[in-house]
Amino acid sequence: MSKARLELRSVSKRFDDLEVLADVSLSVQPGEFVSILGPSGAGKSTILQLLTGALRYDGGSILCDGAPLESDSHRFAFMPQRDALMPWRRIIDNATLGLEVQGMSRAAAREKVQPLFAEFGLAGFERHYPSQLSGGMRQRVALLRTVVQQRSMLLLDEPFGALDALTRAKMQRWLSGMWTRHDWTVLLITHDVREAVLLSDRIYVLSPRPASILRHYDIPLPHPRPPAGDATLPAIEADILQTLLTLEE
Amino acid sequence: MSMRSISSGTSRVFSDAWPAVTSISALILAWEAYVQFSGISPTALSAPSRVLIQGFEQREALASHTLATLQATLFGFSCSLCAAFLFSLLLDFFRPLRRALFPVFIITQTLPLVAIAPLVVLWFGFGLTPKIVLVALVTFFPMLVALVQGFESTDRDIEALLASMGASRRRIFVAARLPSALPYFFAGLRISITYAVVGAIFAEYAGAVRGLGIYILNAKNNFRPDLVLAAVFVSATLTLCLFGATVLLQRLAMPWARIAEFKP
Ligand SMILES: Nc1ncnc2c1ncn2[C@@H]1O[C@H](COP(=O)(O)OP(=O)(O)OP(=O)(O)O)[C@@H](O)[C@H]1O
Ligand SMILES: [Mg+2]
Repeated sequence: MSKARLELRSVSKRFDDLEVLADVSLSVQPGEFVSILGPSGAGKSTILQLLTGALRYDGGSILCDGAPLESDSHRFAFMPQRDALMPWRRIIDNATLGLEVQGMSRAAAREKVQPLFAEFGLAGFERHYPSQLSGGMRQRVALLRTVVQQRSMLLLDEPFGALDALTRAKMQRWLSGMWTRHDWTVLLITHDVREAVLLSDRIYVLSPRPASILRHYDIPLPHPRPPAGDATLPAIEADILQTLLTLEE
Repeated sequence: MSMRSISSGTSRVFSDAWPAVTSISALILAWEAYVQFSGISPTALSAPSRVLIQGFEQREALASHTLATLQATLFGFSCSLCAAFLFSLLLDFFRPLRRALFPVFIITQTLPLVAIAPLVVLWFGFGLTPKIVLVALVTFFPMLVALVQGFESTDRDIEALLASMGASRRRIFVAARLPSALPYFFAGLRISITYAVVGAIFAEYAGAVRGLGIYILNAKNNFRPDLVLAAVFVSATLTLCLFGATVLLQRLAMPWARIAEFKP
């Protein structure tokens, strides 16, 4: 096996007297799409905060391309649970935010981001403000803002959690197509079992707090996956759902 | 921003002002009628028509006094804005300072203007300085609170996002906290600008060479209620104009807040 893009080894984290992560181990290979599923409050967002450097882990280790992750290295592009668009910036300037923080001039950043608008279904909306866009479009802007940073991995925290069912289904297919065409490495957090099964090469299921990895599923099927294409997908979906349901008892 | 959106904005301001104009006109008409038909002495209550005529005759004196008040108001308010902004930065970057300084600021707000105004005049003389001090005193705290609250209103997710991108504390402040505070800042501005005019007139009333406050005092001492009222009208108009200016400023500074007007 080649060097993993990201590897967590027995990572643990507690907030004062609340033990959130007990023992989390997982790995993501370059170019892989990996999802983390788990009950609400299990500590999924906390895992991403450890990766962005917003929080420090207490035990275990985190390796990125084989080397220990420095807390100020900013190796990953992060998309927060809500879209976190800045209402005062136009769409194009929201999309360039990461590049500007990296030190690029606004004009150069705009030039770089502009060609991607069509592919993200946002052409013609460059000069709009976020409040003028629908929920699905806002999520696409947030994703655009994430991918243009050209970090080695995307961290997506429930990107479609707030969308209605139909928009969410559309966005999942769209993301699946985008991932197939680009060379992205993705770690996705989600509540939605079907979403995880549709998109992922591997799925980790977290136990309730204090969290550890309960099971993981490899799904070695080609992308993009048609919704009713392969009989193994619904089987895996049912199995994961069953696992999560027995957890609740 | 385009010409079109400015003109559509002004026409909306006029359509919004309609009900207020009607009610104020009705009030003035009722007042005129009361003075005409009740036979009340003009030294007790002057009719609006008399106030208008006398005020017009005195227009040059009124204008020069108004200018003095406007000058004191704007100078004082600018000083107060600068100070409030500096202190809000200080309080935002050094949190512990907040607990040390806030009680002091609150105490400055409890001082009664009536007692403070003559003291300030005593210390700083009859020139512009005491007015600036007094205007700053009444407007500093509301502006400071508005700014500090505005910074605090910043979306945590946006800050976390910027931090994940590697933004420095200063960068996060400029890119996220400052723009988030704008609506609070303008709300504070609208309230404070009215305080500022009152503060300036109070300072002049306590002693000044020029200004609406001293004009009112002199008119009162000469038993000219019509001129007192004329000066009151002028100061009310002045306040309204300044208030309107802050509204206009907000529309210019926050174009995203009124995009509903030209939503596609
Ligand atoms: N900064 C913090 N200080 C103290 N407790 C925290 C902090 N951040 C998170 N927690 C707690 O840690 C637990 C896990 O939070 P986390 O946000 O990681 O859950 P999650 O799995 O993402 O949940 P959800 O699916 O609802 O988003 C929660 O009980 C939360 O209250
Ligand atoms: Mg979460």
